[in-house]
Amino acid sequence: MTKQVQQLDRVIIRFAGDSGDGMQLTGDRFTQETAAFGNDLSTLPNFPAEIRAPAGTLPGVSSFQLHFADHDILTPGDAPNVLVAMNPAALKANLGDLPRGADLIVNTDEFSKRNLAKVGYAANPVEDDSLAEYRVHALPLTSMTVTALADFDISKKDAERAKNMFALGLLSWLYHRPTEGTLGFLEKKFARKPEIMKANIAAFQAGWAYGETTEAFSVQYEIKPAEHEPGLYRNITGNVALAYGLVAAGERSGLPIYLGSYPITPASDILHELSRHKKFGIRTFQAEDEIAAVGAALGASFGGALGVTTTSGPGIALKSETIGLAVATELPLVVIDVQRAGPSTGLPTKTEQADLLQAMYGRNGEAPVPVIAPRSPSDCFDAALEAARIAVKYRTPVILLSDGYLANGSEPWKLPDVDDLPVIEPAFATADDPGFQPFKRDPETLARPWAIPGTAGLEHRIGGLEKADGSGNISYDPANHDTMVRLRQAKVDGIANDVEPLAVDDPSGEARVLVLGWGGTFGAISAAVRRVRKEGRQVAQAHLRHLNPFPANLAEVLRSYDKVIVPEINLGQLALLLRGRFLIDVIGYNQVRGLPFKAEELQGVIQDVMDSE
Amino acid sequence: MSENGTNGDGHGLNGHGPLSLVPKTDAKQTLKDFKTDQEVRWCPGCGDYAILAAVQSFLPELGLRRENITFVSGIGCSSRFPYYMNTYGFHSIHGRAPAIATGLATSRPDLSVWVVTGDGDALSIGGNHLIHALRRNVNLKILLFNNRIYGLTKGQYSPTSEIGKITKSTPMGSLDAPFNPMSLAIGAEGTFVARTIDSDRKHLQSVLRAAAQHRGTALVEIYQNCNIFNDGAFDPLKDADVRDDITIRLEHGEPIVFGAEREKALRRTRAGSFEVVRVTDVDPSEIAVHDAANPDPSQAFALSRLDSPAFEHTPIGIFRDVDRPSYDELMREQVDEAVGTQGRGDLAALLGSGDTWRID
Ligand SMILES: Cc1ncc(C[n+]2csc(CCOP(=O)(O)OP(=O)(O)O)c2C)c(N)n1
Ligand code: SF4
Ligand SMILES: [Mg+2]
Repeated sequence: MTKQVQQLDRVIIRFAGDSGDGMQLTGDRFTQETAAFGNDLSTLPNFPAEIRAPAGTLPGVSSFQLHFADHDILTPGDAPNVLVAMNPAALKANLGDLPRGADLIVNTDEFSKRNLAKVGYAANPVEDDSLAEYRVHALPLTSMTVTALADFDISKKDAERAKNMFALGLLSWLYHRPTEGTLGFLEKKFARKPEIMKANIAAFQAGWAYGETTEAFSVQYEIKPAEHEPGLYRNITGNVALAYGLVAAGERSGLPIYLGSYPITPASDILHELSRHKKFGIRTFQAEDEIAAVGAALGASFGGALGVTTTSGPGIALKSETIGLAVATELPLVVIDVQRAGPSTGLPTKTEQADLLQAMYGRNGEAPVPVIAPRSPSDCFDAALEAARIAVKYRTPVILLSDGYLANGSEPWKLPDVDDLPVIEPAFATADDPGFQPFKRDPETLARPWAIPGTAGLEHRIGGLEKADGSGNISYDPANHDTMVRLRQAKVDGIANDVEPLAVDDPSGEARVLVLGWGGTFGAISAAVRRVRKEGRQVAQAHLRHLNPFPANLAEVLRSYDKVIVPEINLGQLALLLRGRFLIDVIGYNQVRGLPFKAEELQGVIQDVMDSE
Repeated sequence: MSENGTNGDGHGLNGHGPLSLVPKTDAKQTLKDFKTDQEVRWCPGCGDYAILAAVQSFLPELGLRRENITFVSGIGCSSRFPYYMNTYGFHSIHGRAPAIATGLATSRPDLSVWVVTGDGDALSIGGNHLIHALRRNVNLKILLFNNRIYGLTKGQYSPTSEIGKITKSTPMGSLDAPFNPMSLAIGAEGTFVARTIDSDRKHLQSVLRAAAQHRGTALVEIYQNCNIFNDGAFDPLKDADVRDDITIRLEHGEPIVFGAEREKALRRTRAGSFEVVRVTDVDPSEIAVHDAANPDPSQAFALSRLDSPAFEHTPIGIFRDVDRPSYDELMREQVDEAVGTQGRGDLAALLGSGDTWRID
């Protein structure tokens, strides 16, 4: 039958199911197809902290949201237009986010009395009229998959498992996705189990064919490719981009990368990724704890490598004494904090921006550390390079604040030309430098020489005790301590002159309200700003990459607007810094739900502030 | 690896000797070359002086370039050591020296890396790093200055202090059982575990010599007198009248015989522990022979259990010295293998790996 084709400019799909249903993989494949098709996209995986929560329960629900469009988009979307619910738990956990009129595809095979009871449904919502406000497609996905695979020599369980591929095939048909990528992926993934491979491919094709032939779907949708700058693209998550940025830092500095790390959600994937790239001369060391991880990284930096450590907030707490030692010894060190919801263990798989003050001040003594933050998944690449640049040039630890949303979210990334990436110059002190003193500073950067073991004639001792300015010998002199504290601060403050000034997006130049953000909220804030402008109103936007030191023009930018709104996924940490530093009473907007902001929510916040003018 | 042959440097490690990649010097070195211009600030009479002098006069023997030697320490009186050594040095933070040194040693095979630590530094705050360095067998030589007290913080009891110790923080006596550093190190899969004494330079240097040549982590416990807060802690082992009677000097391959007249010996019981017997009471074949190289650590462990707070008999020397690949060699091999089999990494190829698409 011929189907009607309807054009859409954007769609938000959420795949939801039990942890064992393969929803992350399904979402990931749909994303790859969508990327290959040329839409712009943004993704938001959401998975339980438990590895195997009991099947069919609410805590066991895992979901993957994908927003794709024919124009450039900034967020994974506020509310799904389509929800695929593989079981009652997935329906119950996600229904609240679904706007009226949305499409709802449910796998009715899983809506047994027992499964319904598990999540507290007294009656089957698919059979009564409780879903009346949605366009419900009640499909027996599991049994259709099993039927389609009847001829394969596989167990019933394996056949049932392929239901996610059936669903993927159906959705791929519905949205006109290319299929080669997924077929190739399945061939590779199951190369050693040919029968399973063929079955999964068959399930995928059966899902596609079902969409094409059944009456259940009368409309097929088309979302044209987005306009993108010419170039080679790939889809990338924040953690992978960050790992690549570190590899690039090694290549562009000629320094061997040494990663000391201890596994922790949501940072572990950076350790996993870097440990696969030893052919770049990268060493990865899984330490006994976070203290040893950062210690080994610092020891490697002392030896002339670029020491890197990756962790999340609880790990930063353990590393703080060693970061202080890196401040005192003035050695390069890159510290990655993929923030998650706290305090303590908090919500390990949920995002938050509440480690800013820990990064700024979480050490004893006056221990200034440069702090930077990426704004999107692909931006983690550039941020990692920038962290390495500052660390090496200024001989200092640098803290990079990513977050759980950036880490696992993904977006298309135009691959940079490797030759255009910044070059990082280690500028080691060389043998028998006649004027060598371990703490004699470069007059411009205030950085000390990096004289590594093996360099004849420059043997010296460093440590956490206060050092005499210049010679680096232990010094208990009060005036010297005052000098050294101020020098270390001045060195970090001076970096402000070596970073891009803060760019303000204020197209008309007439805005009176500025929205200032930092880190992973960039997409949501930008989307909100666009919505406000669409209504014909003027609002300015700026987003900080450098949180310490602030870019040199920040004061001037803040003073150029009547009101400054600072949305943060914490209780107002950047706002506190801005007030303290500039005596400007910025307006905080704060939510800590473990989730990214929604564009609509921020739009409301901005408009409320404008209306109260 | 070493199965292939036994004629390399050091212990026949076929190029895997701990010092095989460390540049040597032809220039003649003396103790003086290893002194710095920094005033040594330990209390007069502190055992640390003797250890410093022993190390400074031993190092020239290795013939290594000075700039390729690094001392890393934690915090404590003992951890001031690097400031007095004219090599590269890193005085770090309390307990973390093994971790920091691990990063250095695993990234720089051309360095001889020494760790200096105290009983509090190594066994209290830094206990975790110590045991993991030992099990990994990182190429580190760890000198644990054991004075059974916290010196730098002025005299609190430590994890090696005997039960009931009266200190400022334990006016009614300490309650916790001490660690036996030898038992701990053997239990932590240490491949080189030895004990020596600050006052016996010859013995100390013989242990350092063996430690320097050991492949992987060498733990050397040095009984060190803190004459301010725990004076005389090891006096029985130093007192000319009794020391020979109670000190069991372990020599690899030799029967374990001791006593002023060499009249005592060790015999292994059926339960696996050691008992002291009179040489004249037993058949010579019953006298235990020390085998530091035995892969099975139970004999070395049993020896370590002979200690007692009252110093009835105390083994010193090398308890255990077995050959096992060091962590840094293995780490290096993985990197070399990756480069060898896949070719040196290409950044553009890495960035463009996975599913890509081109927009024209
Ligand atoms: C994090 C931290 N906690 C506590 C201290 C205080 N402190 C310094 S040295 C030390 C104990 C040193 O004892 P030991 O390791 O036996 O060394 P010794 O001074 O006896 O050589 C303590 C508790 C510190 N410097 N850092
Ligand atoms: S306090 Fe004890 S250990 Fe420390 S320097 Fe003085 S004598 Fe030596
Ligand atoms: Mg001590």
